[in-house]
Order: sequence, then C-alpha cells, then structure tokens
Amino acid sequence: MAKLTVDDQDYDVADGNNLLHACLSIGLDLPYFCWHPCMGSVGACRQCAVKQYADENDERGRVVMACMTPASDGARISINDKQAKDFRAGVIELLMTNHPHDCPVCEEGGECHLQDMTEMSGHTTRTYDEQKRTHNNQYLGPLINHEMNRCISCYRCVRYYKDYAGGRDLDAMGAHHHVYFGRHTDGVLESPFAGNLVEVCPTGVFTDKTFSAHYSRKWDLQTSPSVCQHCAAGCNITPGERYGTLKRITNRYNADVNGYFLCDRGRFGYGFVNSDDRVTQPLARETINHADNTNSDTAIQCSTENSLTRLTQALKDPATIAIGSPRASLESNFALQSAVGESRFYRGIAPSEDTTINTLLKFQQSSCVNSASQRTIESCDAVLILGEDLTHTSPRTALSLRQTVRQRARELADEARIPFWQDAAVRELAQQEKSPLFIINTHKGDLDDIAENTYFNSPQKIARLGFAIAEQLRDKSGALSASLTPEEKEMCSTIVNALSQAKRPLIIAGASLLNEDVLNSALDVIKSLHINREEVIQAHLVVPEVNSIGLAMLTQSSAERSLSEALKQIESGAAKRLVVLENDLYQRVNPEKLDAALEKLDEIIVIDHVWHNGMAKADLIIPAASFAEGDGTVVSSEGRAQRFFATFPVNADNSSANDSWQWVNQALDNRWKNFDAIVNACAESNDLLAPIADLAPPADYRQHGLKVPRMSHRYSGRTALSANINVSEVKQPADPQTALGFTMEGSNVNAPGPLRNTAWAPGWNSNQSIHKFQDEVGGPLTGGSSGLCLFGSAESNELEFGVPSEQTSNADFSAIPFYHIFGSDELSNFAAPIAERSPQAYLALNPLDAAQLDLTQGDGATLRFENLQQVFSLTVVIRPELIRGLVGLPIGLGGLTRHLLEHSPLLEKNLAWQRVPSGRDQNVIATDQSIGLSEGLVP
Amino acid sequence: MSLPEPTQRPLTQHVDHNREAYNLAEYEAHGGYESVRKMLTELSPSAGLELLKASDLRGRGGAGFPTGMKWSFVPMQSEAERLANPMQKYIVANADEMEPGTFKDRVIMEGCPHLLVEGMIVGAAILQATTGYIFIRGEYIEAAEKLNRAISECREKGWLGKNILGSGWDFDLHVHTSAGRYICGEETALLNSLEGKRATPRAKPPFPQVSGLWGKPTIVNNVETLANIPNIINYGAEWFKGLSLTEDAGTKLYGVSGRVNKAGCWELPMGTTARELLEVHAGGMRDGYKLKTFLPGGGSTPLLLPEHLDTPMDYTHIGKIGSRMGTGTMIMIDDQVDFLGALKNLEHFFAQESCGFCTPCRDGLPWVEKTLDKIIRGKGTSADIEWLDRATVNLNMGFTFCAHAPGAMGPLESALKYFRAEFETRIKLHHSETV
Repeated sequence: MAKLTVDDQDYDVADGNNLLHACLSIGLDLPYFCWHPCMGSVGACRQCAVKQYADENDERGRVVMACMTPASDGARISINDKQAKDFRAGVIELLMTNHPHDCPVCEEGGECHLQDMTEMSGHTTRTYDEQKRTHNNQYLGPLINHEMNRCISCYRCVRYYKDYAGGRDLDAMGAHHHVYFGRHTDGVLESPFAGNLVEVCPTGVFTDKTFSAHYSRKWDLQTSPSVCQHCAAGCNITPGERYGTLKRITNRYNADVNGYFLCDRGRFGYGFVNSDDRVTQPLARETINHADNTNSDTAIQCSTENSLTRLTQALKDPATIAIGSPRASLESNFALQSAVGESRFYRGIAPSEDTTINTLLKFQQSSCVNSASQRTIESCDAVLILGEDLTHTSPRTALSLRQTVRQRARELADEARIPFWQDAAVRELAQQEKSPLFIINTHKGDLDDIAENTYFNSPQKIARLGFAIAEQLRDKSGALSASLTPEEKEMCSTIVNALSQAKRPLIIAGASLLNEDVLNSALDVIKSLHINREEVIQAHLVVPEVNSIGLAMLTQSSAERSLSEALKQIESGAAKRLVVLENDLYQRVNPEKLDAALEKLDEIIVIDHVWHNGMAKADLIIPAASFAEGDGTVVSSEGRAQRFFATFPVNADNSSANDSWQWVNQALDNRWKNFDAIVNACAESNDLLAPIADLAPPADYRQHGLKVPRMSHRYSGRTALSANINVSEVKQPADPQTALGFTMEGSNVNAPGPLRNTAWAPGWNSNQSIHKFQDEVGGPLTGGSSGLCLFGSAESNELEFGVPSEQTSNADFSAIPFYHIFGSDELSNFAAPIAERSPQAYLALNPLDAAQLDLTQGDGATLRFENLQQVFSLTVVIRPELIRGLVGLPIGLGGLTRHLLEHSPLLEKNLAWQRVPSGRDQNVIATDQSIGLSEGLVP
Repeated sequence: MSLPEPTQRPLTQHVDHNREAYNLAEYEAHGGYESVRKMLTELSPSAGLELLKASDLRGRGGAGFPTGMKWSFVPMQSEAERLANPMQKYIVANADEMEPGTFKDRVIMEGCPHLLVEGMIVGAAILQATTGYIFIRGEYIEAAEKLNRAISECREKGWLGKNILGSGWDFDLHVHTSAGRYICGEETALLNSLEGKRATPRAKPPFPQVSGLWGKPTIVNNVETLANIPNIINYGAEWFKGLSLTEDAGTKLYGVSGRVNKAGCWELPMGTTARELLEVHAGGMRDGYKLKTFLPGGGSTPLLLPEHLDTPMDYTHIGKIGSRMGTGTMIMIDDQVDFLGALKNLEHFFAQESCGFCTPCRDGLPWVEKTLDKIIRGKGTSADIEWLDRATVNLNMGFTFCAHAPGAMGPLESALKYFRAEFETRIKLHHSETV
C-alpha cells in the first residue's frame, strides 16, 4: 500500500500504479481518454492533468499527467487545483474544436465518454468559430460503422486493434490535425475482435452497425446480466432490448473471464433471437408419416393446452426417451432428464465429440490440474496448444493468449524498472520478445504469428508428438521420443525445456479435433508436467458449446447415455417416442442413419426456438425461449457455472415461447414451484452441480424492498410503448422467477455481481463507468464476479492414456475439421452480418494431393464419404502446411457437419464446376491475402 | 602520423567549398581518425567518457544538454563481459536538420563528411556501441552521398567493421535518409522513424540511453556535437574549453539569415555576441532595412530585440534573457517584414509539422494559426488575443507530450510580450472600420 494525498485527503492505494489508476480506484472523478485499464498509459490526450507537489511545503507544484506519473508512496496531488482544472477544460475545448455537434443523431449519444468528460471538465461555451476539419468515412464491413469526423485522436482504437488484439489492417495515418484512423482503403476489418472498437472508442467513430439498423438509446434499452451462447468461453454479456427486439450485445465486465472484451461472434451473433425463423407457436402435424419427409408448411398451429397435453402424455410414456442439448441450460436439460428418468435421457452430442468431452471432464476433476480462467491464462509464461485453432474454437481465449505472451515483456520491464502500465515504453523495450507459445495442430491458425514454434501434421502424428513430450517430461530417455524425426525431436525438447523452466506453464487442448488421441496426449502432458514440477498444472481444455460441460456433468459422463445409445434404443424399437430439447440432431449424426431411426418412432416432439432440419420430422414443435427471454445456468470450458437472466419477457400477444424447463414443468403439473426450485433440485441431484444453487441471489432478493430493475431510471415512454396498439397502459410484466424485474423501479447500484446488468454512475454514462463498481480498477466487481468453478475435487487421477500406433489407414484421405469464428456456430449464422462474414464452404488440400487430383486453387471438387449417400460440391483451397492425405472441412459451412469426419472422404475433380468470380481482387494488399488464405477465403 | 597543431576552427578547418571534401587518404593525412586510434589504443571507454565530461561539451542540437552527462546514463559492461557477450547499443547522429533558418550541420556533412564519421566511431568506441546510424534529412542528398562514400572508404580501410584496429571491438555505420518531418529531429521520434514506425515522440522515462532504438541503449546526438568529439579526444578538455569566450566550452557554428548583406554560417568561439555575428560576419542589415527583432537559434526560439544584440551567444547568456540559443542560427526580422504574417507563417509551419499525438499540439496549433490569420485579416477581437495568451500557457512545457508545441509558443509568447501593440492595433483597426 502507498499513501496518496489528494486535495488534502489521505488515501491508501495499491503500489505500483499510476495516479489516474489510483484516483479512479478510490472513487474520484478525473477525466481521461487515451488511458484504458487493459492498455495502460501513453500520455496522448493530456486530459488527466493534476497538480503534483514535491512535498508538504511545496505550494506551487507542477502540472503532471496523472496517467504517466507513478502513485508513489507519499505523493501529494490536487485534482481541484485551478491551473490543472483550467488546463483540463482547455484540452476538452481543443478536442471539441473539430468534433461535430451531432450528438442528437449520433449512436454514441447518451453513452459517450466524450460527452461525460466534457461535462466533467466544465467546458460549456464554445469560442472556436473557425472551420472544422473533415474526413471521409470508410466502409469497414457489415459489423462496424465509421464516422471519422467525430474522432478526437485518442489513439485508443489502434492501440487496441493492433497492440492488444494483434490486428493488422487498422492504423493511424496522416499527421497533425488530420490524423486518420482507418484501413488503408475501404474494406472489412479483418480482426474477429474488431467489435470491441465500439466500446474502446470514447466517442462515436466506431459504432455497432447491427445496432444502428434498429437503434435505441442506451437508456431506453432493457438489459439483463447474461452469458454468451456462441461458444464455451463463458463471456459475460449485456443484451439490450426494446420493442420486443434484441437490439445489441455489449460486454459485461467479468474480471476472470472476458474482462472488457468480447469476440465479434458473441457481439454480433444475436440475430437468431429476432429471426423470422423463430418458432413462436406450438406446431403440430396432423398425419403422422415420417417416411414422407413433409416440411413445415404442413404443420399447423396447435394450442398451448393441446401441446402441453401431448407433451405430458409423452413424458409419462415409459417408451419415451429424451435427448438433451449442449446449447440448452442446465435447468432445461435437468427438467427433461427428471421427467423421463435418468436412464432414458441422452446427451445430444456427436459421438466423436462425446468421448473426448467425457474424458476431458473426468480429467478436469483430478488433482494434477487447475482449470485456468482467461485471467489466469494471461498470467502464465509458457504455453503449449495442442490441437486447437483457438481463434476459431474459443475466440476470447485466443485474445487472452495474445496478452499471455507479453509476460516476457513484463519481466523485461521489471528488470528495467519500467512500470508495466507505461505501455508504449514497455512495448518498445520488449520489441518482438515474447513468452514461449507452441502450437501443435493439423493446420495453420490465427495465433501462429505470436507462436515461437509451430508444428503441423496429421492428428495421429501430433498425438504421438504430444505423448513424446509427456514421456520426456517424466523420463528423458523414452522409446517414443526415439521414434521422432530430428525436427520433431528438437521441437519436443524445446517445449519440454520451456514448460519445465517456466514459472507458470499452461497447456491448452480440447475437443475440437474430435480426436481422442490428440486430447489424451495433451492430458498426458499435463499429468507428466505435474509429476515433473510437483505442482498443480494450469490448463484450459476447450469444449465446443456453451453448455457442453454442463450436459456432460448432468449425465455423469456415462457411456450409456450417449447419442449413439439413444439411436440404438430407437432402432431396436425399445423407444417409441422421442423428445428432443433445443437440438438439431442432423448436425450431430449421420442423417441417413437418423432418418432411418426416426421413421421407426411413433412420435417426435422438438422443443426449440429457431427452425432447423431437426424439426422437419417432428410431430409436435414446442416454442422455446431463447437465452434473451429465458433464465438458466450454463457451464463453460473452464468449468465455470454462470447464470443468465431473461433480458425481456416473451410478448404473450404474438408468441407462446417459454423456457424449455417451464414447458416440461407445466407438463409435469408444476413439479418445481419456480426457477429457484428447479435450480436447487438440479444442484441437489448431482454433487458436481451442487454449487449452482449459490450462483445468484434467489428470486425473493430485494434491495430496499425492490427488485433489481432491468430498465434504467431514464427509460422513456414505458407506459406508451404499445400505445399504437392499445392506448390503455399495459400492466408491467412480472418476473416471478428471478430477483430482476421488468421495471424501472429500484436501483442496481449495489447489486451483487451476478445481478449487475449494466454500469451507470452519476456523470459516467458510458461503459467506462464500470470502474465505479470495481474495488480496484481492472479488478473484480464490487458485488463479486459472476460464476463458480465446478471443477476441482481432489481425487487422484487414475486416467491412463494409450499411445496411438504409427500404422496408417488404407484410405487415401481422412477428414479433419476446420473451424471458423464466423460460420462454424449454428446459432450465430442466423445473423445476416455474421453470415456475410463467413467464408464459402470449401475443402482444403495439400498442393501435391491437389495436383494428383488435377485440382488447383478455386477448382471444384466432388466430395463423397464411404457408406454415405451425401455428395458435396466444394471449391478447393490449397493449404501448403496441410499434410498429405488430409482433407480440411470447414465445420458448419455448406452442410458440412461433425459427423462426416467419422467417414473416409472420397474426392474427385468436379468438371462441371464454374469458378466463382472473385470480388475481392481490388485493392488487396499482402495482409488481406495472407489473412484470407488462413481463413480459406480466397478462392 | 603525428597530430597537426590544434586549430581555432576544429569543426571547419578542413571545410573548403572551393575544392572537393577530403577523401579518406587526404583526411588521414591531416590527422583524420587519430582520435579513433587514440581511443582504441590508449584510452579506456571510461577514460574517454571522463574526457568528454571534463570538456563541458553541450548538445548542439538546441537543448544544450551536457553531452558527457547524457552519455554517462548508458549502461556499460566490463571489458571481460563485453568480449564475452557484447551488449547491443546504438549511436545515432541526428542529421535531420529541419529547424527553420538552420543549415549548420550541412556545412560539416558536405564539407568534411569524415569528421562526422570519425566522431561517430570514436563516440561509439567510448559507448562500446555496436551499430551507428546517421539519420539524415531526405533533402540532404549530396551530404548523404558523401557520407555513404566516406563510410565505404572506412569499411575498406578497416575503420569500420570487425575487430577495429585489433581491439576486438566491432562497429558498423549506416546512413538512413529520412522521409521528412520536422518532428524527426526530436530524438525519440527519430528513433521511432528509424524503426519504421510513425514519427511520434516517446515518453521519457525511459530515456533512450536505457531503452532506445529497438529497446536497446542508444545515444542520439546532433551532428555538430558528434563532430566535436574527435578533437576533444585528440587535444583534451582544457584545450576545448579554452576555445570559448565564455563558460560554455568550444566553438559554435553560428548562422545568420534574413535581409542581411552576407547571410552565412561561421565557426566562431562560443560566446561570440549576436552583434558581432550580424555586423562583422553577416555584414549588417541590407541598406534600407532596420533590425526589428530576431530569432536567436531557429524558428522555435523566443524572439529577441536589437537591445539584446550584445549578449554573448551561448546557452547560459541567451537563457538569461528569456530565449534559447537553439541551434545558434539567427533569423533576422527587419522593420519592413509583415511581422504578424511572418509569425503566422512560423505557426503554420509548426501546426503542419505537429505529429498529431497529443491534444494541445495537434488541435491547439491550428487554432493559433487560424487566430493569427483572423487578426491579420482584420477580423480579430480581443478574445482572440486572450486565446493566444491562453495558448502560450496550455501549449507550453510540461503540458504537452514533447517540446514541439512549446517550441512553437516561444516566438508567439515573445511576440505578445514585445509587440502586443501590433496585435491590438490590427484589432482596433477592424473595429474602427466596422463602426
């Protein structure tokens, strides 16, 4: 602790920070622009000037920039000093000379840091009467607007985009008061983290284009604390709604997980909630004829009562089985599991994924491993990634890794006694020096640029390399290591050295390659590292979906509860009816096999919120609430259980959608009294899930007798919202399930972390206000972070892993999955801007394999699979790093699903193929091309 | 080769515009590179540094910081450490001579390129630097060519390269021609530019001596400063101090421009008065022109008046009368110049050359320029003078990121001090017209 005196008041502040950080942490108001808690100080804007005094006797003092001055013990400063105040007002006055007076039509208005700071510094009268400088705006793609005239040149955007997120196509250009922040030319911003510019920009230069399309002011949005549904990273989000439309997603601060940043899939992938493909009413098919592949048109609306009756009957029938979902909440899965009984509830996960997730879950409970949060990941200093293209399988984690490799910079800065918050100085000092990061995978990925070394080979070979690393960590002279090539041997010993010498090594692996051997090899590395270092090893094991872990925990990872077993039950005739929860089974298993199985059933009931193939054969479709209208709990890759709360109620006039667990509950004659009851029942049912009861305060939690409001105290026109339909004031919907209300009444100021929907404080209308709710800037929320980790019982680890043999298969080709942040996730693809960002379906080949098939980049190939009827016509992308015999298939694009990888692919040239004319060849620079190649975009 | 007798013009003794600059052989014949020999065979790096400190040499780029002290912050290795694993260090010559009215470094680089090269090698030997760069203004094409020629001669002869004079010390030198911005003269902006980044200054601390070019210890010095080092090594600190008329040591390349009879650049003892420069060396003001005011050391130094002409031109004395010696190249402004127009022109230059990094400079200077323009057009009000007064506070030292805007405020602040009436007259004129 250091003693800091501000305007003659004494405070205790943390050591080693700057004055701005210290002042904000103790709750004082001091305006700033260029500083950011995650990005440190550069001293560009000069807005945070304060007066610093040399000692007790110094009366003159001198003006310093708070962000550039250490808060050393005994420092004496003044914020209210007239000279400092006048200067701060002067800086705002200068910034405003070029800023347009367009606040009324600016999307940032009402949550603009520049507005707040202008107010705070007291610049109210304009004396500048010359012309303003103007800029041309750029087209930056479907996600982000660009309005450069509003720019105040704080340099935050480039510092975030380039330095923090590793982007290459945004920069500061020009000089003096014509500095321009943009791309070299119009074009889509390449970084999958570009959306954070919207929140990083202190004013309205970068704004959310999807939000602009149906804009509302921040204060007019109804918001709730929520969790992103588009991967298993567990990012906290704040969805905002008005007029029954989900209008946008913003970051919700969680110090342990996403911090201040989201990925673009999470931010812009919400379109499915508002989609025309939403199922809003129960639909029933009158004639049951599964052989006839009837489509939705023949399904007719059925009443809620009828559908409930049918659901009740089905749930009571002992010949009914149910299939849960890794994208549905624990509560919904639990409700259905309870309804049909544990033995008849199956995991709706592709078989190839199922085994790896189960192994992973078992391993996570052993005492040798600690599941690392994103914050922990950032504190590690040597990383091995085995079999994950993290930018596309767990994007936010990839962004964290870009900070992890800066541990080396932190060490160098410590040695040189430069505080780490001196951002430019530390980057200058460290240059290209990074902490070691090794990537072993089947193909190049988007983190390779920060890796010390990369290795690409077949899954079998990378698993063998992984096992060799494990072997060397245990015992230097292993037989497996001897079988490696010289290149592999060198890689192996470099990695072993780095991992054993690091202060805090980290292993990242996961289920993405759908290959048990690869995962096992990574787990063996963790185990061996544990033996080598005699300590708990940090690891982050990635699973694909928002609740993959939750579903596995709920079903005890039991092999009898896999989707294959469910299909066996159906094929054998033991099961007559099927209830499917929020799941498109056609994404999971061989469609031919599934078709055949479904035909045998008497009744199929699907509960889900968007239309998908899995509904085509349903006899009854029950409309579920999406995450934006429902409450639930999900468990992330890290094992962090987190609660999400409905952002807005379902509009009963035009939708009968309801939480899936509610449908089941009603069908069971309200077995659980309310949401808390089912949460508690779920927690009691399973030791692993026990902590979920404590995730958030119960529904009867009150602050000063009031619920925590979802609407801001400035919410406008609440009583007139539906006046165009009915002039009488509508009763406010009640929320009996949670401690949040669909209301303006009450305050969230002292809300516990899990109930904190947005941040607002007097004078702080922008997202920067979050520091008012942190004990220390950049630290945990005052009310506690959201989420509890469910991993970590200390049983000894009994898992043993078998090394895969070296033998090769007879097939010419084997398929491996490629993932795309835009395109590989089922739900976000409903959002048009995400679809626009996703590449065309393709298949990736080694150049020699391609040559053998007489294929070149952009040609067409016909893809078949052994024992499957399906045929795909795909454009060919040449990937030189891909080992011969591998075919890379982009999961989620063009109907390419995970289950296909279980079959051997058969390839031939498609002679009828017509090349797609490339619209991208104009103004392409090297970076566009290289990025495009790595995404498989450029034909 | 024995050293020739010391001269009173150590920087320009070999400069003769009537002939080609010396090649290596000619330069060596006149005692060239003796300082390198002495440094590498007789003196230890620390002895070299002590000599530099004792000489009281101050930076000739404008700030006048004691060179020896600046260099003493560079981390040094012991001989054994260095031979085992030499620390990467850089020495950089700031040859981005862009200060308005300044053309002194050009005289050295075109007249005797080997002197700068020698200064850099001997400086590098003191610092035990591994690589040197001459960051030269892009327009100095002839100087760059000559320096490149001098460097390749030195490489051939072994003054540059591996194991120089068998000392076990390696050093190489490169010329980098700048893409051209005034701010590149700021040493940290220069380093960023040299690294291929935007030419924005860096925050200090850390100072370049600790974390400079590519994060390594680096010394950046003006051409004239570096050119002084060989002779200090050769002839000693006392000789160097004895060259000066005042307390600030050595000689100085002074220049005079404006409507004078004989504009030029001369090497004279430090502390020569401005009057001597103007009246003796520059031949006085041209007929019909009277000196109104002058910028003593380039565009960014506060104005002085004819009454200040008898002040010795050195760092200390000019500092005492409220200006800075800067580069020592005076711009004389006569009574027939449109004074406010000249001031606006100067502020236009600074506004254009702002790197755009910090707010007061980026957004303040254009407003200053526009305000001056308004006053000149007769549209000014007293509020405009108030704003100019405010700018001289808010754009000044301590408030801005680097010294660029404070430099621009120097002439403005002094103009408001000495010639306030002219501003006010223009405004009153406007009001009387409108009334």
